[in-house]
Amino acid sequence: MNLGILDYGAGNLRSVRNAFLAVEQPATFVSAPEHFDALDMLVFPGQGAFGDCVRQLQETGLWDPLKKWLAEERPYFGICLGYQLLFQNGEENPGVEGLAKFEGSVVRFPAQPGLKIPHMGWNKARFTDAAHPAWKGMGDDETFYFVHSYFPQPKDASLAACTTDYSGEFVSGIAAKNLLAVQFHPEKSQKAGLTLLKNALEYLGR
Amino acid sequence: MLTKRIIPCLDVHDGRVVKGTKFLDLRDAGDPVECAVAYNNQGADELVFLDITATSDERRTMVDVVERTAERCFMPVTVGGGIRTVADMRKMLLAGADKVSVNTAAIFNPEVVDEAASAFGCQCIVVAIDAKRNERGSWTVYTHGGRKPAIRDGKELDAIEWAAEVCKRGAGEILLTSMDADGTKAGYDLGLNRTVSEAVTIPVIASGGAGNLDHMVDVLRDGKADAVLAASIFHFGEYTVGDVKRHLQKHDIPVRL
Repeated sequence: MNLGILDYGAGNLRSVRNAFLAVEQPATFVSAPEHFDALDMLVFPGQGAFGDCVRQLQETGLWDPLKKWLAEERPYFGICLGYQLLFQNGEENPGVEGLAKFEGSVVRFPAQPGLKIPHMGWNKARFTDAAHPAWKGMGDDETFYFVHSYFPQPKDASLAACTTDYSGEFVSGIAAKNLLAVQFHPEKSQKAGLTLLKNALEYLGR
Repeated sequence: MLTKRIIPCLDVHDGRVVKGTKFLDLRDAGDPVECAVAYNNQGADELVFLDITATSDERRTMVDVVERTAERCFMPVTVGGGIRTVADMRKMLLAGADKVSVNTAAIFNPEVVDEAASAFGCQCIVVAIDAKRNERGSWTVYTHGGRKPAIRDGKELDAIEWAAEVCKRGAGEILLTSMDADGTKAGYDLGLNRTVSEAVTIPVIASGGAGNLDHMVDVLRDGKADAVLAASIFHFGEYTVGDVKRHLQKHDIPVRL
């Protein structure tokens, strides 16, 4: 199985590759449009700001092949911005269009007394359907590492694979045909995170 | 519910852990990577490496430590100590660190916080503040490992004002050390932690003064800290990360077990 990690020139991808290696799956970096051809599964571990990420994907020529990959429903695993960018737009950079695979916007946690932003640390993901293959080997919920100030609000509620409480409940992960995407960082979530990566490989990489 | 984080801190000099680190099951308790793995296995929520070396040669050793840790530990790792520029930060982040911590450099050049936040995102930028009580009933920021008060515009820099400023500049987190409590093992400075935590909208990591498990309960509850950092109580084998978490849970503080 050829696993590719999208490399648009920002952030540290080493930890994502290390985490996949820990579950015995090597990966290559995808930094040019022609790199998509040989792939069986794509991981998009975005970090940083919504608008910057869109701009960098466009500048590196990765935007169009990425959109095509999603339109063809090829196996996709999104982490953090790789989850947020699947939606239409984000409050972080109004006017910038996301990948628009799904309807919905990415919004900021509301300012509330005592609510720290970013949402940083370990929090529970409550599984919408604990029998989903993504959650194999886990219970009804599991604790993962989060660090983000924005989160998507999918218009189609049936996309939700898990939800998390922080100033109310938000959708912290989605599942669709050949697609999983989560707000938290499985590559930083010790055993639970590695279990999810292993499950994702089995579920998406078949 | 978001859990409170327990963060062991390892002081590293020339690629070796300094201060005693007592792991009964480790062959080499001086290797920072082995210690990091041991804390990973204990269920630490994050890890901090504090690089106390002075030369650039030795700093390359730190890059190697971070690279090797990132291959074996799947939790957030912060590197602090001697980081001055955006280029220094990039080096550590590319090696596999998730966050970098700046202290003195941010006081002398506050714009570095803005630059770093815009280059890497605010989630990567931890500003470390060393604070000491003054006779005016507030706290002064200290530099150079707590030896000199920070002076700005001819006045001592106020810790609460400085915390609010770095928050506005784009810091993602504050690592707050009480110079009065540090090393005493008599408990964290609850007033300092509470005041800073209420003055900013970003998480605060309490540091300095941990001597027993009740001290951690106190600072997370009454001190309103979001995380606790500790070195010696873990290194000398007095408590494991698991001991801390079970104790906190008994006191209804949310933790990840």
